[in-house]
Amino acid sequence: MATTVDARGLSCPQPVLMFMNAIKTSADRELIVLVDTDASMENVSRAAESKNCTVKDINRKDDEYRLTITRN
Amino acid sequence: MTKNFFGTRTGIIVVGAVIGILAPLLQKLGNPGNMGICVACFERDISGALGFHRAAVVQYLRPEIIGFVLGALAAALLFKDYRARTGSAPFVRFILGVFAMIGALVFLGCPWRALLRLSGGDLNAILGLAGLITGIWIGTLFLKNGYNLGRTQKTHFSAGLLMPLVMAGFLILMFIFPQMDQQPQSGILFYSIKGPGAMHAPLFIALIAGLIIGFIAQRSRFCTMGAFRDLILFRQLHLISGVIALVVAAFVMNLIFAQFNLGFEKQPVAHNVHIWNFIGMALAGLAFALAGGCPGRQLFLAGEGDGDAAVFVFGMIVGAGFAHNFGLASSPAGVGPHGIAAVVTGFVVCLFIGFTMRKTA
Repeated sequence: MATTVDARGLSCPQPVLMFMNAIKTSADRELIVLVDTDASMENVSRAAESKNCTVKDINRKDDEYRLTITRN
Repeated sequence: MTKNFFGTRTGIIVVGAVIGILAPLLQKLGNPGNMGICVACFERDISGALGFHRAAVVQYLRPEIIGFVLGALAAALLFKDYRARTGSAPFVRFILGVFAMIGALVFLGCPWRALLRLSGGDLNAILGLAGLITGIWIGTLFLKNGYNLGRTQKTHFSAGLLMPLVMAGFLILMFIFPQMDQQPQSGILFYSIKGPGAMHAPLFIALIAGLIIGFIAQRSRFCTMGAFRDLILFRQLHLISGVIALVVAAFVMNLIFAQFNLGFEKQPVAHNVHIWNFIGMALAGLAFALAGGCPGRQLFLAGEGDGDAAVFVFGMIVGAGFAHNFGLASSPAGVGPHGIAAVVTGFVVCLFIGFTMRKTA
């Protein structure tokens, strides 16, 4: 079961802070991040790349994004 | 949707450069010195045009601001990035907007203008920028310790349109009550006949420049506060590269237009009380960091449907009313009679907000 970070409704920099925190505290290889603005989606993707992770999938459903991020 | 070009490093640099080119051009076409664009100053002028304050030298309904919001709306709708949302502590954001404006008016400029002042050779801007970075740094300490104003809620599509509609309404007012030569008032609108408020680029050019900047800044999420915040918090250079591009482009343009004048003395719409340039902008920086965006970014967010950002903007407009009615704003002569008291009050309020509004997970 992958760790899920629900950052919906939060604006920058909260989603990135929550993602960074999850990377530190969780041992899971895969993380799921939920956001609901394009800006947050881009910011979390950028942060993931800087933390040596890969954004495997970005799934848009209605007005929300589900990012699947794996550690390299 | 294809990859967002303006979301790339090259994209943000292009956006910074476009702002850096257009601002000195607007100055050349009539806007005040080192104030081709200043979100705080222009919102203050709007506050004056509506009569919220009666400082006769700073009253003009700046079309650039209208363009920022409408341009951002157009970009958000076109790229399916529009989200009507609200409900993340709106009144807290209003208060942050009030004190952000007061801090900015003690320095005499928003972060954009601080950058433009620097690129025009005004060395007082260094104190302002140092203060801005200090204020943002204090903000990042709160962010690291769990400061959070809570989640927004989705709202009606039309609710997010209210801010753009207000701006469109302002524009219509400018057509109904146009500026008349040497008249301080036209119908319900005030127009400065001297001072910075009397200096402006032609309406349509200012509006178009605003629309262009609003459009590309919404796509790129250009934010001066975010630039320094991300650098401090995440060691990330993305947004700051746009800020650097702005300064470099504006510097070159100012040289071309012979608008560059190096020094601390006799700078346009500026004072050289260093300590209050620093502390005023530190207050503004802290308020921007707690609210999650510089004044420009708040306008673009308001354009893409963020009702809380719209509340922040109106906090700033009301803050400008306080600033000029109560003698808080600085002038080229120096700090206003009650400016220092207001900045101290602002810090107390911002620290109260930062310390008490925390959420864990």
